[in-house]
Amino acid sequence: MSKEHTEKRTVYSPEGEAIEVDPLKDYFCEDLPEVHKKSSIAVVENFRNWARSRSLWVLGFGTGCGAIEMRPLMTPKFDAYRYGIQWRPTPRQADVFVISGYLSVKTLKRVIRTYEQMQGPKYVMALGSCTINGGMYWDSYNTINRLDYYLPVDVYVAGCMPRPESLLAGFDQLKKIIREGRGEGYNVYAEKFEWYKSNQKKIIKDWDMPDYNW
Amino acid sequence: MKEIINKIEKLYPISDFKQQNDKTALLTVEQDKAVDLLIYMQKFEGFKHLAILTAVDWIENNQFQLSYIINNPELKMDLILRVFIDREKAEMTSIHNLWEQAATYQRELKEMFGINFPNSPRVDKPFILEGWDGLPPYRRDFDTKKYSEDTYFPREGRTKNNPVEYMKQKLYPDE
Amino acid sequence: MDPLFKQILFALLTLFIVLNYGLLVQGITRKIGARVGRRYGIPFYQPYIDIIKNYSKRTRISHGIMYYIAPVFRLTGGIGLLMFMPVIFGNNMFQNFSFSGDLLLILYFQFFGVLGMALGAGESGHPHSAIGVSRGLSQVTAYELPLTLAVISLAVQYQTLNITEIVAAQQGGILNWSFFTNPLASIAMLLAFLAAMGRSPFDVVLAPQEIPIGPPTEFHSGLLGVLQLNRAIFPIAKLILFMNLLFGGASSWGELIIKTFFIYMLSVVVGVVYPRFRVDQSVRWYLGVPLVIGVAAVLVSKFL
Repeated sequence: MSKEHTEKRTVYSPEGEAIEVDPLKDYFCEDLPEVHKKSSIAVVENFRNWARSRSLWVLGFGTGCGAIEMRPLMTPKFDAYRYGIQWRPTPRQADVFVISGYLSVKTLKRVIRTYEQMQGPKYVMALGSCTINGGMYWDSYNTINRLDYYLPVDVYVAGCMPRPESLLAGFDQLKKIIREGRGEGYNVYAEKFEWYKSNQKKIIKDWDMPDYNW
Repeated sequence: MKEIINKIEKLYPISDFKQQNDKTALLTVEQDKAVDLLIYMQKFEGFKHLAILTAVDWIENNQFQLSYIINNPELKMDLILRVFIDREKAEMTSIHNLWEQAATYQRELKEMFGINFPNSPRVDKPFILEGWDGLPPYRRDFDTKKYSEDTYFPREGRTKNNPVEYMKQKLYPDE
Repeated sequence: MDPLFKQILFALLTLFIVLNYGLLVQGITRKIGARVGRRYGIPFYQPYIDIIKNYSKRTRISHGIMYYIAPVFRLTGGIGLLMFMPVIFGNNMFQNFSFSGDLLLILYFQFFGVLGMALGAGESGHPHSAIGVSRGLSQVTAYELPLTLAVISLAVQYQTLNITEIVAAQQGGILNWSFFTNPLASIAMLLAFLAAMGRSPFDVVLAPQEIPIGPPTEFHSGLLGVLQLNRAIFPIAKLILFMNLLFGGASSWGELIIKTFFIYMLSVVVGVVYPRFRVDQSVRWYLGVPLVIGVAAVLVSKFL
């Protein structure tokens, strides 16, 4: 197993000093996530939710077979840009994570790492029936059956794969949820953090990441 | 094809030759002479291309069958070489010196079936299943449905419909 | 009222107008690009909403103290460039702290942003940021050469380093513009302008499809909001500089908006036609034709 990069080791500084390094403690932050409260003034929070719903930045990470349904949204025929939806390549700048389809255990580890690097109010949109109850791969030894035991999901879009028009309807539903102030999935993740983490660690057997990837 | 078989019948322990159609033929060879036959086919008979190396689980006979599918580009013929190996101690000589791509096929067989190919490059590196410590999943005594129900939390309320019955109900509800 | 206090207020008013103009120009350019591609495109006020959304993010991480330098330096470069430039000619209110010799100061401020970005993006530790930063620095060094030579040529022609006097010498008809009296310097400067705007064929620094976003990869929430504000102010300030030096300045806000819009459209039109240069190709190109034109401009304005 490739776990040598998480063992303790000695590195040498340019002056020749030997430094003892424990990678999981020293290179990563050990804090756990906290719950972030909304602003107490209702007008301010409504205004912020209005702005968040009008400018959704989607992470350009095609997780499964639904990635092919995200691409037509950038073309003139379906044009998601007129709703303020733009694609960003890095998780630090993205708001919405579109999980498009089945997740094998290998992909789930990378998805968790990416999701925890996103900032602030972040939303997850799950496409397809594989995220709802396992879909076509319900009896497979390598794919998960219920996504909301591992990540907090805000909107499910049913289909196998949903067509681009269904995706746009899903984004519309997500905007309604955000504007009503119910887009607090990431706070749920921080509250029930031990439960989510134990579920994740149960199936990801070679865990070489810190508990929360800031 | 028949001529080639007549040539090698006395040299290698082969049996069960079958000409499936005019492009495909099957042949069984014993385990200790299998690699020699592959070298002979590659160098002297022109079967230069290894299409795939895969395995079949014969749990009733307690054997694995390895299938080497090699192809002759000039005559456009496929030959499937069957090698039966023991299921308890599944090991076979590696052929990555003849064809480089066999290293990847052997890596997959090691992970999914548990067939060991000693000295094959990167054969212990996990391919798709990271951190797997149970029975190799492609074996027939691995119950994948039970494993999935135990590990990945299934959602209740999942039903199955027979499409013929369902559409009959919908379109002709009176009958 | 104290005249210094009045000047500060008018400088802030200039900043406010330029900020809005920059955000609207960004939105309108994207709208035009979308309409040309036969789709509806993004609403033209979208950059405002993007900035508000970035500021209303609730979490932020930090990579250390030097990580904050990048947005701060970039915004300082942008605002500084604007503060020392006379915006409207003949109008005492919008002269903005310009003084004689401010031409050199403005050339200095142009490099400020990329330098700060290099420090901050390097501290963030992301390998894509490091690649983007090295590309950005090499490109800026390359295009500064024809730009500086053209500016020296203009300074020699008009015998002054004060932008207000250069603008004053270009009044009185279109044929008095530097674009027609000193064509070599204008061409060298416009070729440098293409890289300064950061569009194709010189956009390998940001390279949205190659390395994800380049230097601003690790910047998020409020810090990205600061970078976006700067992205509205900095290009407009550079456009006003080019307009003052080459196209005769503006004597009212309407004329400024029209002239800068058309100069900006020049870079957009070139951008949609040409594909991207690699960094070594663009450096080699800038040390070829534009450098020769710049040197020729200096010699011509000295000896003619």
